[in-house]
Amino acid sequence: MKALRKILDKQKPKFQKGGKLHNLESTFEAFETFLFVPNTVAKTGAHIRDAVDMKRFMFTVIIALVPAFIFGTWNVGYEHYLSYGQHPDFLTNFLYGLGKVLPLVVVSYAVGLGIEFIFAQIRHEEVNEGFLVSGLLIPLIVPPDLPLWQLAIGVAFAVIFGKEVFGGTGMNVFNPALTARAFIFFAYPGNMSGDKVWIADKLDTFSGATPLSKALVNNFSNFPSFHDMFWGYIPGSVGETSTFWILVGAVILLLTGVASWRVMLSMFAGGLFMGLIFNLVGPASNQYMHIAPWDHLIMGGFAFGAVFMATDPVTSAQTTKGKYYYGFLIGLIAVLIRVVNPGYPEGVMLSILLMNAFAPLIDHFVVKSNIKKRLKRAAIAVNK
Amino acid sequence: MSTIYSIKKGLDIKLLGGAEKTVVDLNSRLFAVKPSDFIGCFPKMLVKTGDEVKAGSPLFFDKYREEIFFTSPVSGKILDIRRGEKRKILEVVVESDGKNESLDFGKANVSSMKREEIIDKMLKSGVWPVVRQRPYSVIAKPTDMPKAIFVSAFDSAPLAPDYDLLVHGYGKEFQSGLDVLTKLTDGTVHLNVHKKKTLASEFLDAKNVQINTFQGPHPSGNVSVHISRIDPLNKGEMVWYVSAQDVLTIGRLFLTGTYDASCMVALTGSEVKNPRYFKTRKGAAITEMLKDNVKEGNLRCISGNVLTGTAIESDGFIGAYHAHVTVIPEGDYFEFLGWLAPGFGKFSISKTFPTVLFPNKKYRVDSNIHGGPRAFVATGIFEKVFPFDIYPMQLIKAIMVQDIDMMENLGIYEVDEEDFALCEVVDVSKTEIQKIVREGLDLMRQEMS
Repeated sequence: MKALRKILDKQKPKFQKGGKLHNLESTFEAFETFLFVPNTVAKTGAHIRDAVDMKRFMFTVIIALVPAFIFGTWNVGYEHYLSYGQHPDFLTNFLYGLGKVLPLVVVSYAVGLGIEFIFAQIRHEEVNEGFLVSGLLIPLIVPPDLPLWQLAIGVAFAVIFGKEVFGGTGMNVFNPALTARAFIFFAYPGNMSGDKVWIADKLDTFSGATPLSKALVNNFSNFPSFHDMFWGYIPGSVGETSTFWILVGAVILLLTGVASWRVMLSMFAGGLFMGLIFNLVGPASNQYMHIAPWDHLIMGGFAFGAVFMATDPVTSAQTTKGKYYYGFLIGLIAVLIRVVNPGYPEGVMLSILLMNAFAPLIDHFVVKSNIKKRLKRAAIAVNK
Repeated sequence: MSTIYSIKKGLDIKLLGGAEKTVVDLNSRLFAVKPSDFIGCFPKMLVKTGDEVKAGSPLFFDKYREEIFFTSPVSGKILDIRRGEKRKILEVVVESDGKNESLDFGKANVSSMKREEIIDKMLKSGVWPVVRQRPYSVIAKPTDMPKAIFVSAFDSAPLAPDYDLLVHGYGKEFQSGLDVLTKLTDGTVHLNVHKKKTLASEFLDAKNVQINTFQGPHPSGNVSVHISRIDPLNKGEMVWYVSAQDVLTIGRLFLTGTYDASCMVALTGSEVKNPRYFKTRKGAAITEMLKDNVKEGNLRCISGNVLTGTAIESDGFIGAYHAHVTVIPEGDYFEFLGWLAPGFGKFSISKTFPTVLFPNKKYRVDSNIHGGPRAFVATGIFEKVFPFDIYPMQLIKAIMVQDIDMMENLGIYEVDEEDFALCEVVDVSKTEIQKIVREGLDLMRQEMS
């Protein structure tokens, strides 16, 4: 390690001010701090600091994504061979899936990180780790056969207009991964919706409809079982199908304290609540309104959205109380869009983006009630 | 029985190197008064190098509040007036003659004295600066009337000295000091003790004060926490506060008529061979206590605790409000893949390190900040260690954009930079929060004066 450190120390002056490669300072810095935690010491304030930093914080999310990623990759292969009536072994399925998913991951990271590096250099800041997570989230929420150029444009749009124009990670209003998905969804609907895109290279005669698209047209014949939907043996976006493996990720996020349990819990509660309301008030002819409320939680991107998207600390509500409202409303609106909206089978993406926009408002009211309490106390003190 | 206030949010950072309860005399030759210890103080010198002084002789006064004098803690001669950039006065160094002679300010019976007479005596002797006010943590303004006075009988910070030991055997002085304080306010004097840590009769048997009991993790000993639970500050209000050891100094002034700056200081930290208590006087150089008593390596000496103290040189001086010196390793090293490695033995509140499994482990923590500065990303972690009915991140952001109305609305008068020390420690984004809060408090003070 000392040798590596020596090489870096030797090269460093070239990238610093006055050096030949000064234009790549942020890039060098990103690689250097990737390899070595810097020797910065506390200059003001507290003399000791928590050992966790943004890299470890973000990396924990990546670890939590791994179970869903591995299962999703396998499932891409499984669904493909299933459409041909074949049942190969685990490895064949997985390798087929990897052939589809890996290019998505590579393009997502290359485009996103490239743009991040350029912006960091322009701002003379350190490269932020936010995209390490977004870059893996995006491939997991798109269909396996998405053309790579469309993915690249979606990622570029999300990073530039979803994040960098606001000032970078920490300043963005909308979840970057969902911004990318929304862009692709509206720009190239042919590759992001319908019954054909959710299984890679499927046999034409095989129905590739997701549970959600079936439910939308009240087609509950041959509907996947609870078991299949919970474990994830269904077509869908790469990483979203298996509720079980997403929950494993959730356990990792909650045990390490990286994600907010308040958002997760209240989003599930919101979804259940709306499902229950439909059960109570829905007309008998509408079968969709009478499915068990928990079915909503295991279909589509609900679990993935609750665990990995809604909990994004930057775009969610920041206050403790606000997080409950924020999560609950996401769950509620997601199910509402699913069942009532005639156009889109899935509502999770749209409801999270919608609540991203309203999160500052929720915080505003929570903070305002705190301010009111303080003013009231002051008024009492004056009258005493 | 007094009310028990239970503090739930907070964090006890367990560090190696707690002081043993043995007291040694410290033979320090040099002492210093540092104007930077007093927030907002602009010193005007009254002595020059070579002048002979006694304990209680004025060294300088505050240009903007000319009634407030800062006096020598010992008798001897002025060795040096150290200046920094722009000739700013950093330290007024006094070489002790070992006699500890004090000017005579006259014994006095507190009960028969008027408030003005008491204040006048404290100002002249240089004892007054131990009385500080909230908001802002500046030296109290003698003409103000505080709604209450707070005295903390314990310190909850990491490796903090045991206040029971600091006042042990000084019951008379302590009570006399409290009697003085009761004359300074028409409100209540609150003596705040810890449910388990406070055992000393000097505290528990104190009279003419209201004793309040606190329990829970740090910052349960911070005066802001006490104020917020007992008698919260509203806009335009103020309270005064004095540390328990400084109450002794006030008491001695009235009992003996001298400025007796003797105090006890805990030397702590993982790099100290024999962490223990030293008996000395305010502003003592730490050279002697560190001699043959610290481990090898690049060290950081801190006057005060690791959360709020000031970094000083190994021949530096203890700050005016500190009863505590901490020595930790300097963290100026690169760590290969440190963010990825499991990190056995690393301190973190985040539960992303294996040390989460050993809640009682004591740590040797260095000054490395473990990462680079970022925008605020993680939310909800400040709230875990911040026991106020205040939104910390929102307040910090209001300060950063200098939104005065918002700062006021979000409760800046109720807090001090030290209350944000834990937020700063646990912050994933490595923001210099205490500095920001201090800038906000300074801005408010300017705007309000």
